[in-house]
Amino acid sequence: MSVKTYDAGVKEYRELYWTPDYVPLDSDLLACFKVTGQPGVPREEVAAAVAAESSTGTWSTVWSELLTDMEFYKGRAYRIEDVPGDKESFYTFIAYPIDLFEEGSIVNVLTSLVGNVFGFKALRHLRLEDIRFPLAYVKTCMGPPNGIQVERDKLNKYGRPLLGCTIKPKLGLSAKNYGRAVYECLRGGLDFTKDDENVNSQPFMRWQNRFEFVAEAVAAAQAETGERKGHYLNVTAPDPEQMYERAEFAKELGQPIIMHDYITGGFCANTGLAKWCRKNGMLLHIHRAMHAVIDRHPKHGIHFRVLAKCLRLSGGDHLHTGTVVGKLEGDRASTLGYVDLLRESFIPEDRSRGIFFDQDWGSMPGVFAVASGGIHVWHMPALVTIFGDDSVLQFGGGTQGHPWGNAAGAAANRVALEACIKARNEGRDLERESREILTDAARHSPELAIAMETWKEIKFEFDTVDKLDAG
Amino acid sequence: MPFQNTMGDYQTRQTLETFGFLPPLTQEEVFDQIAYIIAQGWTPGIEHVHPDFSMNHYWTMWKLPFFGEVNLDHVAAELEACHRAYPDHHVRLTGYDNYTQCQGASFVVFEGRR
Repeated sequence: MSVKTYDAGVKEYRELYWTPDYVPLDSDLLACFKVTGQPGVPREEVAAAVAAESSTGTWSTVWSELLTDMEFYKGRAYRIEDVPGDKESFYTFIAYPIDLFEEGSIVNVLTSLVGNVFGFKALRHLRLEDIRFPLAYVKTCMGPPNGIQVERDKLNKYGRPLLGCTIKPKLGLSAKNYGRAVYECLRGGLDFTKDDENVNSQPFMRWQNRFEFVAEAVAAAQAETGERKGHYLNVTAPDPEQMYERAEFAKELGQPIIMHDYITGGFCANTGLAKWCRKNGMLLHIHRAMHAVIDRHPKHGIHFRVLAKCLRLSGGDHLHTGTVVGKLEGDRASTLGYVDLLRESFIPEDRSRGIFFDQDWGSMPGVFAVASGGIHVWHMPALVTIFGDDSVLQFGGGTQGHPWGNAAGAAANRVALEACIKARNEGRDLERESREILTDAARHSPELAIAMETWKEIKFEFDTVDKLDAG
Repeated sequence: MPFQNTMGDYQTRQTLETFGFLPPLTQEEVFDQIAYIIAQGWTPGIEHVHPDFSMNHYWTMWKLPFFGEVNLDHVAAELEACHRAYPDHHVRLTGYDNYTQCQGASFVVFEGRR
């Protein structure tokens, strides 16, 4: 028996979508937005509008709403909070019923939550700060193809962060010269080298040639060092068919790891590639080109912690997170917050690290945090302290800029890393005793001594643009 | 060109993963690492292999992992015993972490001769 009647026209959003008494269900997908409304519009109305436009609502009442139970499907704004130190914006918390989203589809979740609503005229700015994915939804996603423990076991790397390096110059090398640079880094002591994100299959170096020369470099370095090595072969391609073709060839060559750019490539491609990697026993390194376009503005866009969670669900074994200490943007507390979101199985709400919700990942594998960009041997003690063992530390210029070349640069980084790990395990304070630890290690490594001399003055101390909100 | 005179040559070596780039650990330094493994709640284990097969995932276990062992001297004595029994083998110490189902630590204590 229907109790509602059709009443055409425009209603205020808050009549239906502002529900301050609502208690979210464990199965609800929760989101926190930072909202900056147009002047004069009440907060509740703006919050309700965001809930409506990112779920079931449209600007006008329609008769066909009465054919379903909108109370079951609608998103609800259930809380509003002040943003510390910011009078014009506020946080709104919205609960979405799980049935609004297709199972295992990050594409679908983002299309709803950050779709049309971001262009909505009643808003000046809108930023998605965090999403709580209910465990019921997490279990519908495959997640990382391998995870941290499996990767360690496959590559025989224990008790320390892994070391990597992006091959430079990023564009313009021939495939054979490129393979040379890879070989030199790997024989010098790195675990991984990496294609730059821009390297796909350009006229100066087509992908097949690069893959073949790199495969020989990896094999030679493994044989000579007695260690397992890999090179992230970038399979990011113009279309999915070519992406899979490149991935298949990497596997044919016996390579352990491939790479994808998940934001420019897109979540559909990424999720598909992650599933291919699980099926084929390949590790998957994920780069995040274009993220700063989306996540850097403090009032508009999507915070990187959301993009990081989405990647863990879509699938990847490594994800770039920034370095805190290098040349790229990154606030320490906030970075540590999303590094935890990548690696741990339960992360409690902690506003001091920008985490708005408890997040339970259940049994989903963890993702290695990758610190890359403008780092060198002097940063090593801080990096080990900040990132811990489950990370990949990538020194590009800090390896290949060594006066004696890539192999010596790699060795310098490896010696510095192992000296820090040994000292940490002995109970020493890495950040306070960093100079002493590195200086001691350099006594038996001329490569490290030269590296320390080369980079002693380089620092990157600019203020962070996107800070955590604090009073 | 002074640059040419000071340029060093890095020689590739068999480095066998973690701590392979440090000078061989002294007995005291090995003790510190055993203490670290035990303090983390991990179980020390010992493995050995002939250098020709060092790339294999599975090295031969020396006895069973030392479940519940808290005495550093016992672990150090087992390392010595394994080395004496297989003087030309690599011998490594691992720390099994049953929470992550992974190894929290693993490094070669004695390098075998080829």
